Amino acid sequence: MKVVIIDKGQWAEDLEGLKKSYQLFGPVGEKDYTVFKTLEKGMLPDFSTLNTRLSPKSIVFPQSEDILEFSLDETREDHHIMKEVKKDHPSRAVFGIRPCDAKSISLVKLNFDTAEYKDPYWLSAYEATTFVGLACDNPASTCFCTTAGCGPYHEEGLDVLLTDEGDHFVAKALTDKGETLIKTAGWATETEDTFKLKKKTAESKITSAVETGNLENLEILDLHGATFWDDISFACLNCGTCTYVCPTCWCFDIQDEVHGKSGKRMRNWDSCMFPLFTIHTTGHNPRGTKMQRVRQRFMHKLKYFLDKYNQGIMCVGCGRCVRQCPVNIDIRRVCNLMNSYKPEDACAAQE
Amino acid sequence: MQNPYLPYPVRVDDIEVATEDKSLKTFKFVFLNDGDEKKFAYKAGQFAELSIPGVGEIPIGIASSPVEKGFVMFTVFRAGVVTTHLHNMKTGNIMGIRGPLGNWYPWDMLEGKNILIVGGGFAFTTLRSSIVYMLDPANRSKFGNIDVVYGARTPGMLLYKDELIEWEKRDDINMHLTIDAPAEGWNYNVGFTPPITEEKAPKGDENTYAIVCGPPIMIKFTLPVLEKLGYSNDHIIMSLENRMKCGFGMCGRCGIGKELVCKDGPVFTLDQVNQTPKEY
Repeated sequence: MKVVIIDKGQWAEDLEGLKKSYQLFGPVGEKDYTVFKTLEKGMLPDFSTLNTRLSPKSIVFPQSEDILEFSLDETREDHHIMKEVKKDHPSRAVFGIRPCDAKSISLVKLNFDTAEYKDPYWLSAYEATTFVGLACDNPASTCFCTTAGCGPYHEEGLDVLLTDEGDHFVAKALTDKGETLIKTAGWATETEDTFKLKKKTAESKITSAVETGNLENLEILDLHGATFWDDISFACLNCGTCTYVCPTCWCFDIQDEVHGKSGKRMRNWDSCMFPLFTIHTTGHNPRGTKMQRVRQRFMHKLKYFLDKYNQGIMCVGCGRCVRQCPVNIDIRRVCNLMNSYKPEDACAAQE
Repeated sequence: MQNPYLPYPVRVDDIEVATEDKSLKTFKFVFLNDGDEKKFAYKAGQFAELSIPGVGEIPIGIASSPVEKGFVMFTVFRAGVVTTHLHNMKTGNIMGIRGPLGNWYPWDMLEGKNILIVGGGFAFTTLRSSIVYMLDPANRSKFGNIDVVYGARTPGMLLYKDELIEWEKRDDINMHLTIDAPAEGWNYNVGFTPPITEEKAPKGDENTYAIVCGPPIMIKFTLPVLEKLGYSNDHIIMSLENRMKCGFGMCGRCGIGKELVCKDGPVFTLDQVNQTPKEY
């Protein structure tokens, strides 16, 4: 695949040109934070932030999305008959998605694209999107991607990978989609593939890690009954921040909304941190305590997902939950506790 | 591939009060579009999302049987927002049905076997579907003895009472109906489901499977009885419930460990249930 040079002097002009063929998304400063947004005319992506506060998962999985529509007007022939909201996504490209966030989209795809059922909304957004990643040469102290099945130059889920070379970017096409984008942008000056070396340097800068090697050997019920969950969940407020900022969290709710005689069925991000997520109509709640909900989140990410798909843990090491948890619950600590858990110790303690 | 969120439009064809306290109603739906009934091909034990536009959806076990054509039937307890709207509906109203969803009782494996069905209260819907399926002339010879223990608080709380009485008269199914306390005109068993099961149900063996559906308290006391009767955990088949939204394994809430009740279930053997966290 092609490796080309993008002159930063031409960057603004080239992106403006690309906007004729693609709807562009990129990180943009907004108040104190950086968020992924549509790049309107004249807007450039801001590559100065390592990890945006929210992950770019909303580009393919909006926080709130209309899925069906209907009319309750009984004078209409089709009243009360639900219809699909058609998504006519133009070609889109995300600039500056970090390798961890790109990998997370390929993990989430396992949930929305199955042999039996396909989610048409997620997939149509995904398929319309070209992912142009930006490699991380200066990872943060909370980045632990290299031990979470990812890395600062990880290519999974990306169509193009960019690396910053000061006065220019080097872009490597990784898929046909990526080749097409590079061609459309007119980036034709080929260069050598220096990614390998830069990758090594960047990886060596990552000092934070999780241990996951033993997770697959442990039994679900042993981990579920482990003694550390009360301690881990003690300070949790069940605020749900971790699930909202997480690029791999996909759980959602479905709700109807009616205005006058017309209505929509929509799906919204949901969170396993909330009691309403699982409560039965009877009032019985299978995960009625905060400990049970915290346990569910970590067990899902670090054990259930691993056992179900055999594709590693459902965490890419972006560190967002670590940085943004108001009570400093740290998935790295939880992961290491789980990984080093010895069920026989718990049995001995009980005896 | 079909959009799994999009319900088939249906018309409410018939509504019947199902129990004396009027807390349950049985709904028959007819598909509006030709061909949708065929697409909705289901097996006994599966469920569907009943979908009321503007209100929401609820997952309910299918009470009609695959051998019954021209309609689909659900018996629904009035409990929350959607079920209350459903109870207020009139025949002729238009709504949606999404499904069939989930797995089913393992009919291929159950062929040639004796079947014990234990049901309690209003958890008899997919059990009715199963019994009607097995009693169908085309299917009856595929199964050995069929025993049914079904208990409710009072005679008026038994679902599908006319059919139960009909089945009582047949000699190819052993019915063991029971109510909690004696009642006038009641000529069958009196007592809770677990002790009646202990008294009447056939012994468990390699060729006998038990399908158990009922309120948690009934399940709790029936499982030890079945164990005593010699049923092994992989010969006890259960149907679980959890809060659901999508019904096809994507929205994430009904998980019990790595299994999802909506997609990997709702039917599990006791053996399988024992290997998952008790989060249902």
